[in-house]
Amino acid sequence: MERSEILKQFGNDDENLINILHALQNNNSQNYLEKDDLKAAANHLNITYSHIYGVVTYYTMFSLKPRGKNIIRICNSPVCDMEKSSDIITKIKKILSIGVGEISKDKRFSLELSECLGQCDIAPGMMINEDVYGNLHNADLASIFEKYK
Amino acid sequence: MNIKKLIKEASAEWSDLLNGPVPAFLVGNATCGRSAGAGDIIEKLKTEISSGEHKCRVLEVGCIGMCFLEPIVSVYRPGYPLIVYGKVEEKDVVKMIEAFLNKGEIITENIIGVVGPNEQINLPDLFSIPIMKPQKRLVLNNCGIIDPTNLNHYIANKGYTGLQEALQRSSQDVIERLKESGLRGRGGAGFPTWRKWQFCKDQDNDTKYLICNADEGDPGAFMNRSLLEGDPHSLIEGMVIAGYAIGASMGYIYCRAEYPLALERLRLAISQAEEKNLLGNDIMGSGINFKLKVKEGAGAFVCGEETALIASIEGERGMPRPRPPFPAISGLWKNPTIINNVESLVSVARILQNEPGWFSKYGTKESKGTKTFALVGKVKNTGLIEVPMGTTLREIIYDIGGGVDDGKQLKAVQTGGPSGGCVPASMIDIPVDYESLAEAGTIMGSGGLVVMDEDNCMVDVAKFFIDFAHKESCGECAPCRLGTKQMLAILEDIVAGKGTMEDLDLLEDLGKGIMKGSLCGLGQTAPNPVLTTLRYFGDEYIEHIQNKRCPAKVCRDLKYYEILEDKCTGCHICFKACPVAAISGNPKDLHKIDQELCIKCGMCLDKCPVKFSAIEVYPGNKVMED
Repeated sequence: MERSEILKQFGNDDENLINILHALQNNNSQNYLEKDDLKAAANHLNITYSHIYGVVTYYTMFSLKPRGKNIIRICNSPVCDMEKSSDIITKIKKILSIGVGEISKDKRFSLELSECLGQCDIAPGMMINEDVYGNLHNADLASIFEKYK
Repeated sequence: MNIKKLIKEASAEWSDLLNGPVPAFLVGNATCGRSAGAGDIIEKLKTEISSGEHKCRVLEVGCIGMCFLEPIVSVYRPGYPLIVYGKVEEKDVVKMIEAFLNKGEIITENIIGVVGPNEQINLPDLFSIPIMKPQKRLVLNNCGIIDPTNLNHYIANKGYTGLQEALQRSSQDVIERLKESGLRGRGGAGFPTWRKWQFCKDQDNDTKYLICNADEGDPGAFMNRSLLEGDPHSLIEGMVIAGYAIGASMGYIYCRAEYPLALERLRLAISQAEEKNLLGNDIMGSGINFKLKVKEGAGAFVCGEETALIASIEGERGMPRPRPPFPAISGLWKNPTIINNVESLVSVARILQNEPGWFSKYGTKESKGTKTFALVGKVKNTGLIEVPMGTTLREIIYDIGGGVDDGKQLKAVQTGGPSGGCVPASMIDIPVDYESLAEAGTIMGSGGLVVMDEDNCMVDVAKFFIDFAHKESCGECAPCRLGTKQMLAILEDIVAGKGTMEDLDLLEDLGKGIMKGSLCGLGQTAPNPVLTTLRYFGDEYIEHIQNKRCPAKVCRDLKYYEILEDKCTGCHICFKACPVAAISGNPKDLHKIDQELCIKCGMCLDKCPVKFSAIEVYPGNKVMED
């Protein structure tokens, strides 16, 4: 979708900023905010580019660098850690040959650590984009990743 | 639209579901259900039913709380109570359809319990089974029972009657009802809800705001997520009532972006409520206006702090502001603003839906009503529970939770997430209420209860929470930004065997300083996990420092692996598994681990065949000892 089409869905008040940034980032095939996204948002809300830059860099879910097509967020909170999430992280790194914060060679995945995802009832858990996966076992991972092209 | 007409329509639909001629399958499809495969179960049910000759409904419901038994499928069949099944697999679905629809029989395997009149079949009542019996579901009563995407289901279960009741009274009357109920903030601090509302109501200002804080981020907590996923209309009803009471005509729900399903359900519920004039202008012809907007977070824990949350809605970096002025006086865009937690607002809806005295008959003298908890960690029955205030931790862990996993010893219970503390096993007879938990050095918090056993190292746990606070500190004030960094550095030294006894005093001093000097709730409570573990598990810290031993065998530098001479058969598997070639020995000979080279990854222990079990891990550090 065109940037202008996205911005049209939102009003011009400052309170729309975070929702706008989410919408622009979700629209980007590489899951990140380009300079032009920030400029367009600044223009739409009539606020400065530097203000938006400050906001974007404050929140962990926004990225100024290209990311994989699908974002894996693995929960790194104490409950998941108690359920051996560190083993899962090691296995993911191995399967996709990437480290935390990196993009897989085929650009299909980015791997990020996240604070508590609120899935402690099904720990260890992770999200891929908006899909939730819990009670993870190393053996399940490869087939889960298969679903994401 | 007339509320009476709405209720009539809704009741007819609900009654048709319960008593009508068409059977129905209800599948728990909240996040826990989805993760256990509820999506596949629903698909299977739908295909099986469409290819069969019988008419049958398939509905999606929220989480009934027994997350460890998901996927949960309940069956309504004319003339029978609702039968609830746990751990249902796709193959069971075929059997269920065959038995229920084709033969009119009941499958007795995997039944958790039944809901409703149950004379003809002798099955346990769902609410009398051990997990459910100590619970009182005042807030969660609809979760797992109604379809959260169907407004009629909510209305048929007293939904929006609380709003109707409120609108017939003066706003002051509504606040009085809250006062009588004794409801205190469920976000953790426990401030009386009515008093907060009264401050805001008394402000002479045309514009006021109501905000629901759904930025649940405490490690170990997911109560709000389940409530939003399973019963979103309850929150909307509570918010309209609250808006009316304080004189706000605009409300915001600030929900973390990590909860996509909750956000989806909320947005749908808001549009449904607007369509039926339960939200918007001139609500139910009362002349009262109230609009709701959903705002997403973007991954900043501190935005759960009320002033940071306000900054985030305003389109700023979510950083806290000094209080006073309190938001009830000067909040969103400097207007009087009330921020309530999800559970508090749902409780408001329930209080108004029921007669005076209903809520306050549960709980203790100072803490009324019930509290939802996310029961997680090393406990058998993980899930979402709701108990009357004053229930003991013992009842929660053993009666509801079924005790500790794998027959291990209970060590501690962590409450209140990174703001709370660890209560030792010796104190689990304390009642869960605001005062008792504060006395024990922890807090009620929003409701995460993390059960820990003998395999958990309390120093490591404290380090984890401080690391969390350090990462999530917004950096605005020095005590929190730098203090948590220093506490983390000290704890890292201790778990690496480099700690000194002076470090313990330093931790305590630093902790107290951070609590005193920090700007917001995050810093003011961040040292709690360290201070409570120092208080109750001081010996464990001393073991780490003086004897270089981690008694729970968690801290990598303070444990070591050894091959047992009498058990090693020389199978050579560990030799091959070791990534740093620290194991020596020829096939069929006794193997040995070189402690200097060993990185304590545990690969050898994992790979050693169970029939030999020749590798053991011990607390201590061989290299440091030598």
